[in-house]
Amino acid sequence: MKATVLVRPKAGILDPQGQAVESSLQHLGFPVTEARVGRLVELEVEIDDASEARSEIERMCEQLLANPLIESYEIELHDAA
Amino acid sequence: MTSVATDLRPRIPVVVFPGSNDDRDAQLALEHLGAEAPLVWHTETALPADTAAVVLPGGFSYGDYLRCGAIARFSPIMRSVIRFAADGGLVLGICNGFQILTEAQLLPGTLRPNASLTFVCRDVGLEVEHTDTPFTTRCADRRTLTIPVKHGDGCWFAEPALIDELEANGQILLRYAPGENPNGAAADVAGVSNESGNVFGLMPHPEHAVDPLLGSTDGALILGSLVDAARLSTAALV
Repeated sequence: MKATVLVRPKAGILDPQGQAVESSLQHLGFPVTEARVGRLVELEVEIDDASEARSEIERMCEQLLANPLIESYEIELHDAA
Repeated sequence: MTSVATDLRPRIPVVVFPGSNDDRDAQLALEHLGAEAPLVWHTETALPADTAAVVLPGGFSYGDYLRCGAIARFSPIMRSVIRFAADGGLVLGICNGFQILTEAQLLPGTLRPNASLTFVCRDVGLEVEHTDTPFTTRCADRRTLTIPVKHGDGCWFAEPALIDELEANGQILLRYAPGENPNGAAADVAGVSNESGNVFGLMPHPEHAVDPLLGSTDGALILGSLVDAARLSTAALV
């Protein structure tokens, strides 16, 4: 099973990287009013069952992939089929 | 009971992670201040016998991948460090060591990229908030310090409610002096301790400020306090 994990700065948490990207895009003339920068993790796990895969990946997020103090995460599963 | 032989050299190991780069400076500073400071590689599973305190040094463990300190916290030696801390052992984290201790949830809050998004490397003015701790006793007569910082991810963050709680518990030991905050840290926090006061982390580098040749010896007040406390705990065991 393949999965994508999106890790984002939580709403309300100052995101200096996003602010820098936002102002850079504005300087380039794009009509951007906000940019937030997170992280994308692509995983391949040896689990076929979707709900089992999801709960294992949730554990990975809690333990390592995200810092729950400042980040939220979202898991997308991609069936091989 | 109160007099402790000053020739007693307490053992304060310095943990070396792949990517640590202030381990030798920390070792040198601690030995200069009267400790015995063996370097301990992160794959070790046990701390040396008679360990009186542990230092996690600065650097870029595991290349700062994912988040600073996030991977180092799972190093084999960290199980022993966490157990040592839970038993009341003294643990000091400097810069990357501080980041590792927050990731390991031994210290409150978290360290984020500097608000400026630039690496800062300069002396900063600091204020010691409490001097009745194992890390700050030598600051009793000198509460304003100058110690260098050098980091890209030193912006300490915690929710306001947690900051109030830390303040009430006396856990905010070190603040950047007014106008000196180099990274956007919440409430100007430069260093915090855990609730029981035996674990402390700070972004400034006391090990780089123990010799007048380097501009300041204020770092010796912090590391010297730790050596004093470690000596007392060692003497209590003898």
